[in-house]
Amino acid sequence: MIRFDNISKRYPGGFEALSRVTFHLPRGKLAYLTGHSGAGKSTLLKLIALIERPSRGQIFLDGINLNNMNSKRIPQIRRNIGIIFQNHHLLYDRPVFDNVAMPLMIQGYRHREIGKRVRAALDQVGLLNKEKAQPITLSGGEQQRVGIARAIVHKPALLLADEPTGNLDPELSREIMELFARFNQFGTTVLIASHDIDLIRQMKFPMISLNQGTIESNELIDTGRLGLAV
Amino acid sequence: MSKRTGRGPKQNSRLVSYLTHHLQMFIASLGYLSRQPFSTLMTSAVIAIALALPAGLYIALDNASQLSAGWDGTTQISLFLKDNVSIEQAEKLAEKLRLDIEIEKVSIIDRDQGLKQFQQVSGFGDAIKFLDENPLPHVITVQPIVDQNRPDQVIHLVDALQEEALVELAQLDMQWVKRLYTLLQVAQRGVWIIGSLLGLAVLLIVGNTIRLDIQNRREAIEVSKLIGASNAFIRRPFLYTGMWYGISGGLLAWLLIAVSLGIMEDPVQKLAALYYSSYELSGLSSSDIVILIVISCFLGLGGSWMAVGRHLSDIEPS
Repeated sequence: MIRFDNISKRYPGGFEALSRVTFHLPRGKLAYLTGHSGAGKSTLLKLIALIERPSRGQIFLDGINLNNMNSKRIPQIRRNIGIIFQNHHLLYDRPVFDNVAMPLMIQGYRHREIGKRVRAALDQVGLLNKEKAQPITLSGGEQQRVGIARAIVHKPALLLADEPTGNLDPELSREIMELFARFNQFGTTVLIASHDIDLIRQMKFPMISLNQGTIESNELIDTGRLGLAV
Repeated sequence: MSKRTGRGPKQNSRLVSYLTHHLQMFIASLGYLSRQPFSTLMTSAVIAIALALPAGLYIALDNASQLSAGWDGTTQISLFLKDNVSIEQAEKLAEKLRLDIEIEKVSIIDRDQGLKQFQQVSGFGDAIKFLDENPLPHVITVQPIVDQNRPDQVIHLVDALQEEALVELAQLDMQWVKRLYTLLQVAQRGVWIIGSLLGLAVLLIVGNTIRLDIQNRREAIEVSKLIGASNAFIRRPFLYTGMWYGISGGLLAWLLIAVSLGIMEDPVQKLAALYYSSYELSGLSSSDIVILIVISCFLGLGGSWMAVGRHLSDIEPS
């Protein structure tokens, strides 16, 4: 699903956020991306979502080379990715329902279908009764779950999460991680960046550790193709 | 990622979803504006004033040229014939002139008739009785066909008539028409210039307002881009907002003009009455109103297009 081939990312000013990163996340897998802050986790996710472009190397998403992607096709690629942020990026000028419905509106779903899918997504994150609430009135954990509902409402094949539990207490964090595991059971490929090693260890999914922009260890078992690179 | 190319059965067809989104944004942008009525009204009022000024001048010009429109019926060229020309020769010339396509009516005032008229209207009746002979020549009066927009044609006709062998003097008391016409032309140019400048101002006003809107909705734009909204999708609400600014500005301009005309009506009638005229101010015709609103609509659209083109691409998720 995601293949990084010798990726380096150097920001203007010379800071190299990633250097020679190679890995492969097969379709239907869930993996964690760990490392200290500044290790390059966010940069890696941004490269997949085409928010940043690599300085060197190639990224393949579902077999498509993202390097060749012109900006007109970026929206099309992003529609197949659900992205979850640490600060959840909710829009406070509209209720929960409208926030979650955004991806469906963009993709031109029918009105009735939007209602059905938004409620299904809110149900999955346990917020079915909050659809009319304003996001600002919700707790941090609830807001994060609204963000997750928005990321999954259009059933993307790939889910990216950047520190989704960053501001949450351990109990809630665990719930959120279990939620991701459940989406993965239904076939969604999931990549979660998190520095919460203790929690990740409990979840028993493969881990890719980044350290200062390089891969320190990779528990993804795909030695057939990438054994040498890792 | 099988959805990349095809569309699911639960999605509208591309065209339907395109049109649906247009309709949604058409209404949503109106809703957005009505939720901040004060600033919407301010922007619309500025646009309205900028549009009402040239439109008002246009009406003033229109009225002025209507005022001068009366002259085509009364325009006469008097041909004072040479003293030695006989009445028969004069009739022949009149006959010839009747065939001219630029001439509507020709009539002859022979010298006796002329003298009689002169006695009646000049007030010199008694004095004229003491004259030994009639000092007046035969006169042919020519009423030209006047093209409202080309008073200079009349001037040419006068020049041509002056060339006639029997004519001593072709006189057209039209200097004032010529001057008025030229003045109106100058004013017309002025209105065009003012109109263009103020139209540009409307573009900039709408552009700036939309730029602020874009900045205010920066986060929504970023999020929309992140979840796969195309640029056209993001652009749409802003373009409709600009269009609404234009339309509301145009409507308000119409209102301003109507009110101003209402205020002017009474004194203008009083003034006209002093000239024994029943002149009435004419306002914007319905086609003028349509044109005004269409222009303002497009100015709003153009202004927002400028802003959107410049500023939307600056906003990328990070």
